[in-house]
Amino acid sequence: MSLELRGITKRFGALTANDSIDLKVESGEIHAILGENGAGKSTLMNIVYGLLSPDEGTISVDGKVIDIESPLDALAAGIGMVHQHFMLIPVFTVAENIVLGHEKVKGPGFLDLETARQEIKRVSAEFNFDVDPDALVEDLPVGIQQRVEIIRALIYDAKVLILDEPTAVLTPQETDELLRNMKKLRDQGTAIVFITHKLREVKIAADKITIIRRGAVVGTASPSASQEELASLMVGRPVSLDVKKAAPKLGQVMLKVENLNIHDHTGRTLVKNISFELRAGEVLAVAGVQGNGQSELAEAIVGLQEHIDGRITLDGEEIKVGRVRDALHAGIAFVPESREEDGLISSFSIEENLILDLHDLPPFAKGPVISQNAVAENASKRVVEFDIRAQSPKDAASSLSGGNKQKVVLARELSRPVKLVVASQPTRGLDVGSIEFVHERMIAERDSGRGVLLFSTELDEVIALADRIAVMYRGEFIAVVPADTSREELGLLMAGVKR
Amino acid sequence: MKKFLSKITLPALAFTMALFVSGILVAISDSKVLALKSSPLSMLAEAFSTAGSAYWALFRGSIFDPELAKANFIEGFYPLSETIVAASPLILTGLSVALAFKAGLFNIGAQGQFIAGAIGASFVGFHFELPIVIHSIAAIAAALVCAGLYGGFVGFLKARTGAHEVIVTIMLNYVAGYFLLWILSTSPFLRPGRQDPLAPEVRMSSRLPHLFGSELRANLGFFIALLAAVGIWWLLNRSTWGFKFRAVGANAAASKTAGISVGRSTTTVMFIAGALAGLGGAVQILGSEPALTAGVGGTFGFDAITVALLGRGTPLGTVFAALLFGALRAGGLTMQASTETPLDLILVIQALVVLFIAAPALIKAIFRLKNVDEGEALASKGWNG
Ligand SMILES: Nc1ncnc2c1ncn2[C@@H]1O[C@H](COP(=O)(O)OP(=O)(O)OP(=O)(O)O)[C@@H](O)[C@H]1O
Ligand SMILES: [Mg+2]
Repeated sequence: MSLELRGITKRFGALTANDSIDLKVESGEIHAILGENGAGKSTLMNIVYGLLSPDEGTISVDGKVIDIESPLDALAAGIGMVHQHFMLIPVFTVAENIVLGHEKVKGPGFLDLETARQEIKRVSAEFNFDVDPDALVEDLPVGIQQRVEIIRALIYDAKVLILDEPTAVLTPQETDELLRNMKKLRDQGTAIVFITHKLREVKIAADKITIIRRGAVVGTASPSASQEELASLMVGRPVSLDVKKAAPKLGQVMLKVENLNIHDHTGRTLVKNISFELRAGEVLAVAGVQGNGQSELAEAIVGLQEHIDGRITLDGEEIKVGRVRDALHAGIAFVPESREEDGLISSFSIEENLILDLHDLPPFAKGPVISQNAVAENASKRVVEFDIRAQSPKDAASSLSGGNKQKVVLARELSRPVKLVVASQPTRGLDVGSIEFVHERMIAERDSGRGVLLFSTELDEVIALADRIAVMYRGEFIAVVPADTSREELGLLMAGVKR
Repeated sequence: MKKFLSKITLPALAFTMALFVSGILVAISDSKVLALKSSPLSMLAEAFSTAGSAYWALFRGSIFDPELAKANFIEGFYPLSETIVAASPLILTGLSVALAFKAGLFNIGAQGQFIAGAIGASFVGFHFELPIVIHSIAAIAAALVCAGLYGGFVGFLKARTGAHEVIVTIMLNYVAGYFLLWILSTSPFLRPGRQDPLAPEVRMSSRLPHLFGSELRANLGFFIALLAAVGIWWLLNRSTWGFKFRAVGANAAASKTAGISVGRSTTTVMFIAGALAGLGGAVQILGSEPALTAGVGGTFGFDAITVALLGRGTPLGTVFAALLFGALRAGGLTMQASTETPLDLILVIQALVVLFIAAPALIKAIFRLKNVDEGEALASKGWNG
């Protein structure tokens, strides 16, 4: 089956998010779409999936123009989609989520989940997915949640599968597994649209590449092109994929963590007996597979974790539980792992999001009054500096593309005077150009004598930025190793294998 | 301007639809209309005239009455003054609910807070002898403190123990109601020589001055309510406090991460919300009902929820919604008196307006609208807290 888009145009007010886009995806190919943050990739795919309606243009399947007004129409036409932000209902089970919108009944009004269960098991077995149909979605790790979305598409017999940044939240192993499964589906004749910012994956999996810039198709590329070539096609300028940095100039010990244990509210231990020191002018990267206690550790440092034993001090001052404001004002910049949940208020304007933790300090507050001018002035500076692509800083943050949301959080946290930067997955969802910028910025922070504590599941990022690497596994630092440790060794450590 | 138009399109259409549907109800429940079943045309004509005269009565009872104007033109506006009197406390209780909405809290307790305020204002109003102006201010201050604490207590409980504000406020409404009954039977609140639950009238020195001469009951309470609306708008949109309140209401996790104390916001918001509802109680006592009775609360606290919803949680919207409800209340009486239409129809209109507002998709479908501002889904948000 083939999917063909002709002249798709979508405007949001004055902004043209998709500008007369033509795209053809054939059965049995993986078609990668590359483009900067805000280029219009998600918008285009949401149109195909019936979540947005195009202002102009047609969508045809197998040469026949079809009318897609809702995801149900899309599914009926054989188009399935896995979103950048998952669209599952957390309190429903896997099976319930999958039948949603297609509920079958048996007898007078009883939901028939049995068929769905069988189907889930079948697909799950075929692709090694290991998904329990009766598990609650909220209890599942993101990697598995994503499989649920894929299963949903497959059960409805999707012949075109759209994957919007599917690997952003996956571990390297999960990513490899996904890429393998994508190829398997392709070989069975599925047409796959694959959106990603990771050029390595494009090179591994893609058969064709289309590049979008500022809403328009600017060209195609072959997967044999080098990563540098792809990057510059995407961004429109040469991008350096390595980070240049000089040897660190270490200062005093800045952050000191002693015998830290963190529990959840049920008393389960999430972080076990961690002690470390971070010096001024140093980047300590905490590597590890997601879910090994990194987010809890990061949160504890700004006082966001409630049940902790041990001591955390910044320049000798203890950081107290619950005193987040004090921690931030003592000079910590904090980039939380989940921008949607913890980093942004999506109904607030971009402007307001840029002062979330500074709104009651000068220059933004004059006494009890927020100075609208100062807020607007700050926003216009940050938008330029961090290249936040938005129509107006007064727009709601929810209208931003995924990567631009992340840039708002980074812009806020990295542009006030701090001593220490604590950043979790700071470049998740960013395009290569923006990653380059953020990395340079982090190194600049380090070189101006700040401490940087970086949490990342991306080995590339860890290796590029770190002066020292701590590997976290099941709540512990199982090793703290120098920056030049080999990838293989780091990989083993992340899997919990000690020499 | 365009934005403003798109904001009021839905409420305006909802109101029109409600009037239309109610008009049909009036017509078909009228015996004269029903008697003409055999000839559809004259039945239709009769239906129009019945609905028309009901709505004309509604207008005469809520805005302007030409009959009254004949003697003295100003008095023609007696109905409008009644609308204002009915709307003033409702603006304040509505603001109380709306403010809490914005901060992610569902304040069902405006009723109890209103009563707390009325008790405070009444006591200071009749018990003390103070100079004019000072007396009013003292009575209002008493209402603010009583009701503020009554509301703030809810926020405090929520912040400390996680107790859900909906349950707590519902319970506190009962507490306030029964406390009022009890206190009306105690000596300071009993009128000398009487045993029934009727407090002494507040002294003249504490009453709010009338705005348009002594014939019209409209009083300073209306200005107080408008001032409060402006104040709440400013608080929410211009002050650092309001920023925190809105942030917590929209995303508590992100607010916490940004160093905003969720508990402090909750407590403060509930204090202010309580004080607003209590101010409503004070305006009622000092403005139009000088004697505290068991029925002082009426349905001001409950209608407040509807008013805030109808006003989409914004101060300006709340003012308009409260005026609409005040007009329906004032006009309903005239309508019942001068036509066959029962007062209950007013409740039907109110219910229909809310129904149409709450279901924007319906209005959009009926009028084939695109791109109008639906506002936030207020009602569904308050509960998650
Ligand atoms: N609902 C909306 N209202 C206004 N503007 C919007 C809306 N949705 C998207 N946009 C704008 O359209 C543009 C394209 O957004 P889109 O989400 O498609 O980008 P993207 O290519 O997926 O980027 P990313 O790589 O960051 O996910 C952005 O500038 C965004 O701000
Ligand atoms: Mg996107």
